[in-house]
Amino acid sequence: MSHTTVTNATDVARFRELQQLAYAAAQSVAATLEPGVTERQAARRIRTWLEERGVQDWFHTPFAWFGDRTAFRNFRVPLQFFPTGRRLEEGMPFILDCAPVRDGYVADIGYAGCLGDNPVHDRLMDDLAAYRGLIVAEVRAGRPLREIYREVDALITRQGYDNRHQVYPGRVIAHQVTRVHSRLPKAIVAGFGVRSLQTLFGDLIVERLHHRSPLWADGKISQHPATPGLWAVEPHIGFRGVGVKFEEILVVTEDDAYWLDDDLPHVRRWAAAGRGDGEPADGAAATDAAAPPSTIEKRDATP
Amino acid sequence: MSETPHPRHVWTADGLRLAVYHRGDPAAPTVLCVHGYPDNASVWDGVAEHLADRYHVVTYDVRGAGASTAPRQRSGYRMEHLADDLARVADAVSPGRPVHLLAHDWGSLQAWHAVTDERLSARFASFTSISGPCLDHVAHWIRSGLRAGNPGRLLSQSAHSTYIGFFHLPALPELSWLTGVGGLVLGAAERVGESGRPRVRARRHMRDFLNGLELYRANIRDHLRRPGRRSTSIPVQVLAPTREAFMPEGAQTAAAEWVPDFRFHRLDGGHWAPRTRPGVIARRVTDLVEEVDAGRAPAPRATAGPGASPGPRRFAGQLAVVTGAGGGIGRATAFELAEQGARIIAVDIDEQTAARTADLASLLGPAADSYRLDVADGAAMDRFAKWVRAEHGVPDIVINNAGIGIGGPFLGTTPADWERAIDVNLWGVIHGCRAFAPMMVESGGGGRIVNTASCAAYLPSRAFPAYATTKAAVLMLSRCLRGELAEHGIRVTAVCPGVIHTGIIAATRFAGADDRVATAARERLERLYRMRGYTPERAARRIVHAIGRGPELLPITGEAHGGLLLSRLAPAVLRATARLAPPLDTATTGPQGRTA
Repeated sequence: MSHTTVTNATDVARFRELQQLAYAAAQSVAATLEPGVTERQAARRIRTWLEERGVQDWFHTPFAWFGDRTAFRNFRVPLQFFPTGRRLEEGMPFILDCAPVRDGYVADIGYAGCLGDNPVHDRLMDDLAAYRGLIVAEVRAGRPLREIYREVDALITRQGYDNRHQVYPGRVIAHQVTRVHSRLPKAIVAGFGVRSLQTLFGDLIVERLHHRSPLWADGKISQHPATPGLWAVEPHIGFRGVGVKFEEILVVTEDDAYWLDDDLPHVRRWAAAGRGDGEPADGAAATDAAAPPSTIEKRDATP
Repeated sequence: MSETPHPRHVWTADGLRLAVYHRGDPAAPTVLCVHGYPDNASVWDGVAEHLADRYHVVTYDVRGAGASTAPRQRSGYRMEHLADDLARVADAVSPGRPVHLLAHDWGSLQAWHAVTDERLSARFASFTSISGPCLDHVAHWIRSGLRAGNPGRLLSQSAHSTYIGFFHLPALPELSWLTGVGGLVLGAAERVGESGRPRVRARRHMRDFLNGLELYRANIRDHLRRPGRRSTSIPVQVLAPTREAFMPEGAQTAAAEWVPDFRFHRLDGGHWAPRTRPGVIARRVTDLVEEVDAGRAPAPRATAGPGASPGPRRFAGQLAVVTGAGGGIGRATAFELAEQGARIIAVDIDEQTAARTADLASLLGPAADSYRLDVADGAAMDRFAKWVRAEHGVPDIVINNAGIGIGGPFLGTTPADWERAIDVNLWGVIHGCRAFAPMMVESGGGGRIVNTASCAAYLPSRAFPAYATTKAAVLMLSRCLRGELAEHGIRVTAVCPGVIHTGIIAATRFAGADDRVATAARERLERLYRMRGYTPERAARRIVHAIGRGPELLPITGEAHGGLLLSRLAPAVLRATARLAPPLDTATTGPQGRTA
């Protein structure tokens, strides 16, 4: 496949490398989770893990959601996204979400798992596969983002679930990602790195001038095909007290679209279950390898 | 009254003589009946008469009651002795073949103890329990309530059981029976829930009253203080009289946690249903015995589904039919009920969506089933009802929720539009009630019918005359039917949702509008519904929460409540709003499940 990429091949490789690192962080920390761990501890572990490996800044600091917080139930204010003292229990679903910045490259990933056995979580994970195929196909076909958003909504309804990415600020299912070039100090405000925010607001203004938005939602402003570049796409579906999502980068070029990387935990899970992207979900798939083994090196959480 | 057959005797481990009575063919499957307090075996006379032509019916006087001898010490009334007696009688009357248990009140407490005892449970094939829980289950149920910071269970059980405290007093209870004061109170209690039915006289002796007091004194405190973990693998059905005076319903569904194959059915009547509703009880027992003896592998019923969240299973063991269950409020209600232990039959005109609802409901609760049905088709509804009865039994809850939206002015609404709206929204509900109400009455009453109306039923508007008319008819139908079925303990509820964000708008027809205008109207309404942000899940929680109480009318959203208030207090305001012409049609139709 030849792609006329918006960014050069080196850049794409660097983005991919960081995304791999972010997923590795989520998987490593997931493997350390055990009953009694709090969201704050989990988020802190991700942060430490990545900072030990050269991450200097954050698009947003790591999030961890446990139990019914994975489905953002009863979230009214954005503050509720931040990690709390909620403790993980056997059978509980969890989502780890982090967006590290290294050398100006950005990753933004979401990783859903559960501690032990949770059939609802497994079913949702199986059914999440369909969105990965749907989104890339529709973007490739040049459909307006707003219409794709609605297609996703229709699929969520057919599946009997509800749309949880609508809880994110701006109801977004995705946002554009660009290299961060900033002279601001590395400060974190409300969980977001100021340098990333500066970049995002810059993009917002530029795109606004073109009647486009770097934020992909179902408003009128999203009535345009995906702008070439990188998009962090995060479909998030919920059922009762369980939510699951993936978040990874979609590369959009002038005439094509493809996922930055296929070597990711959820994609491997679906492949193992013989469920290619977009195939209808049925039957149970093998549980993700993220289910923690009982013998785990205990890591002390930073108090 | 059939003639009481000759007693035979069974000796207990501690040398007491129990009087045992047989009816029917000894070669038939045995139904063993255990009476409560202050009764004796004669409480089963009516039921036994109904059952004796098919089964070998055995009743006996519990130790200390009727013609059986009494232990000398209080300890002789302890639960393990009672359960052992029960097992001995079962062995004597049906050696080598498990018996079907039927028990009432204190008999039920004993039977629970026996079927949850590993050493004894092999003697029993099934258990039908009336008005008597397992003491240990109740204790766990109260404790888990307290752990969750909810003293309601303790309070409600205590309120129902004040007499138990009284029975623990020395001498006073005996005195009250001997002086006849207790008898007067009991007489009043026996009339609870039995108005309009002929009184059936109980045949009791003074020793039934006096000896039985020791049952309470020997057992209650221990079991409530130190409850055991008692479960059983045999099928159990709990029959709960609607006007039960001595225990809250929750205390009876609590058993679901300990019984994988659990059924729960209300029946219309008071605490002494075995005497007053013998036919109904006999039919329920027959159904269960038939099912068990047919050797059908029992579907696990009230086990929480593999993905259930922890929480009370208030509908454990009940069967619920939901129409329009392929989406919106219907689907969400099915999920909510399933999560609380109900077995769901999801019905929709769209087979796939109904199957999907059943599939997910089975993750949350007992194995659910689905069925494709156009509710406007009366004959199909009748076939469906027959199928439900044959495959799953008589439903305890029927939710006639399927409906369609239709907007547009009267002058633009064609006869075909009217027909479609009336066929689905009104006939669909009529057919549902017509098909299920008779079998619900026949099986003893006490069920619940929920019809989805709309706040459009009382909010006139030029924007949706056809829709509002059909929904007003549903509301009135529900209210009339409620009056008719009240004597059977069946409560009919009309739900008036309000603006709930479901798929109803996407499927709404705008009469007299061309495609472009209709699409624009849908867009605008869709936005309104989304802004309002009231989810079907939230509506479903409200509906399911109210099913137990079964109110006549259940407005859900603020606008549904407010509209109802206005319709009663300020009809003139509504006359004015009815004239408001929407931009095209910003109808505030009351949504419900997807088109059916």
